[in-house]
Amino acid sequence: MAASKTGIPNTAATVETDESGYTVMNMGPQHPSTHGVLRLILTLDGERVVRSEPDIGYLHTGIEKTAEVKTYQQALTVTDRMDYLAPLSNNLGYSLAVERLLGIEVPERVSHIRVLLAELQRIASHMVWLGTSGLDAGAMSMFLYCFQERETILDLFEEVSGVRMMTSYIQPGGLMADLNPGFLEKTEAVVEELTKKIDMYYGLLEKNPIWMERTKNIGYLTPEDARHWCITGPVARASGVDWDLRRDRPYAAYADYDFEVPTRTVGDCYARYIVRMEEMEQSLNICRQALKKIAPPGVGVPYRTDDRKIVPPPKYEIQYSMESLIHHFKLFTEGFSPPPGDVYQAVEGPRGEVGFHMVSDGSNKPYRMRVRTPSFTNVQLIPHLIQDLLLADVVAILASIDFVLGDCDR
Amino acid sequence: MEPILALELIVRAVIVSALLQLAFAMMTRWERRAMAQMQWRIGPNRAGPAGIFQPFADGLKLLFKEQLMPDGARPFLYLVAPCISLVVALTSFSVIPTQLGNWPFPVEGRSLFQIADIDVGVLFLLGITSLSVYGIVLGGWASGNKYSLIGSIRASAQMVSYELALGTALLSPLLMVGSLSFREIAQFQSGGAWLVLSQPLAAIIFMISALAETNRAPFDLPEAEQELGAGFHTEYSGMRFSLFFMAEYIAMITVSSVLVTVFFGGPILLPFMSADAFLFSESFFWYAFKILICMFCFIWIRATFPRFRYDQLMNIGWRVLLPLGLMNLAITAVGVVFQMPWWGYTIAICGAVALLYVGGKLSRRQESNH
Repeated sequence: MAASKTGIPNTAATVETDESGYTVMNMGPQHPSTHGVLRLILTLDGERVVRSEPDIGYLHTGIEKTAEVKTYQQALTVTDRMDYLAPLSNNLGYSLAVERLLGIEVPERVSHIRVLLAELQRIASHMVWLGTSGLDAGAMSMFLYCFQERETILDLFEEVSGVRMMTSYIQPGGLMADLNPGFLEKTEAVVEELTKKIDMYYGLLEKNPIWMERTKNIGYLTPEDARHWCITGPVARASGVDWDLRRDRPYAAYADYDFEVPTRTVGDCYARYIVRMEEMEQSLNICRQALKKIAPPGVGVPYRTDDRKIVPPPKYEIQYSMESLIHHFKLFTEGFSPPPGDVYQAVEGPRGEVGFHMVSDGSNKPYRMRVRTPSFTNVQLIPHLIQDLLLADVVAILASIDFVLGDCDR
Repeated sequence: MEPILALELIVRAVIVSALLQLAFAMMTRWERRAMAQMQWRIGPNRAGPAGIFQPFADGLKLLFKEQLMPDGARPFLYLVAPCISLVVALTSFSVIPTQLGNWPFPVEGRSLFQIADIDVGVLFLLGITSLSVYGIVLGGWASGNKYSLIGSIRASAQMVSYELALGTALLSPLLMVGSLSFREIAQFQSGGAWLVLSQPLAAIIFMISALAETNRAPFDLPEAEQELGAGFHTEYSGMRFSLFFMAEYIAMITVSSVLVTVFFGGPILLPFMSADAFLFSESFFWYAFKILICMFCFIWIRATFPRFRYDQLMNIGWRVLLPLGLMNLAITAVGVVFQMPWWGYTIAICGAVALLYVGGKLSRRQESNH
């Protein structure tokens, strides 16, 4: 065995093994298929996974703690950065929680716009999932096609909020600004286009024999396990847990919408694929309904609450109203202070239940913001699902769980 | 051998390998452009008109890049592995007859690009291509990286398994032709049916095995980016990496040439056309054109399909392709004994495949009834 340049005996060419003779392989945090910075310590027997241990925390940014030193309006902007593939869902969860703390209602039109945006966000997020899971199985074109679709949706977000990803558009008390003129028409065009394209995406993978071989019969999750592990979202619904917060605990305006919750009972990767595909169709369905309910922007059409203690007054009012000037000054220097208390508000994000537990001590900053994120709970599944499977299945299963490490580590 | 002949051979070898490398360069650019267009992208279009200088720019960049060698590598094998791959890929092309007659580059009635017209060309080619696995295995093992090691183990198992399917697929046409010389195989098809018409199953098996043999999608497990980084060449950088890259593409050109020569009439323009029907009825250009079509299929398949899993790949090789190839061989052997016309083979083989398909369906239905 030749000594290397560093003087350490050169043993690497004969692969290191653990005491029982298995190879220990480090997958990540820099690895193309760990969807960010997940680290998996795999113990392999050949290519078979004997043991595995997910190691999270590489993207920990202290978001919950940061929120405690920000006013309620400022803390909104850090929620964007948790699940960076679905910032509007986070915004929605946060805003609903703060509104409940404050005990205010938002105009109905605002709720419908929120539903529309949250569903567009779900499609965008599922498109990223579809593209990356295709890519992980080796179907490279899927990735580029799906990102193209996502781009059309991000363009819509850019149009309303000025930002493609970190929108902060849904705020406590309503929306950041009213919709642009023409936004509803553009959204309608995008929704129609996507409705046509979904068929194409079904055609690309649904009946593809290699895709079916790669995703069927691997990564089984039973309904009992799903409940025990607190799994929510498409992963749970693909295992037969018929639970969707939009239908079972309606928030925003979801009670007014007519949609189905796709479920499967098989619980393998292919079932998760089908559930997410059908969810996209249902989201498009909700978007179409929402577009009919939302009045176009104009004078006198509300886009946030009228409560001057929560949202700043319009600029022209400040010109002549002392009261408004004071409100404006107070809101931008101090913010608003909800009464002491705590709420838990959960919304159905693209990955599952996004829950905000907000505690207020009566000051202008949250005493505690605890976020229950779906990626964190779903990442627990990895060792359970990949046990005794091959390395290639690990990649397919990671993709089918669809976690976002920003959401997991916060 | 006279010195002048030896010199001529050397010059021709240099020309052929230079042209192959040029073809490789154009291939990479074409692949990137074609895939880009299939994926709603533009692809390289900056360097030179329509990006044709892109491969040269890339080559220069790789040439000047730092050559890293990991601490844990076995230096000698690490350095020699890419050379093995490239040498094997270049050598195997030397027996391919790119033309039969005198047009356009004749040297003593042979193609300029066919360096050696040996009688056992098919054997030689199979032997040489099976050596290419050494480059990959040694490269992966000597890198001292677990990902590379897994990649190279996958590669060795895959190439050894698919060599069998590839061999059996070639055996049936060889039986019909009665020769191991590529030249005679091509001449056999002049004026008659191409072998793809009489041996459709063998052609399909050959195409699938050729994909696996060259480690191309959907059989690109040894370099599965999403699982293994880049597999066996994870630790290779700069020119050493590009030698592997070059070897892969030249191997693609070679297997396409074999496919064209054995099944698609070699340099002959159309089936049932004699090689000397008119001046251009056979020429290097038709040959190159057919190879381009094959290459396009390689690219197209890569842009379309997901990748197989390791055990599925083995199943297809051992439990589908090899038995089918043997069945095909048996049918062909019987046909040769009874001196069947070319369509006799087609009917017999298609009939056997149809029977197998129906039988499989029926037995599956019975299983599900029980």
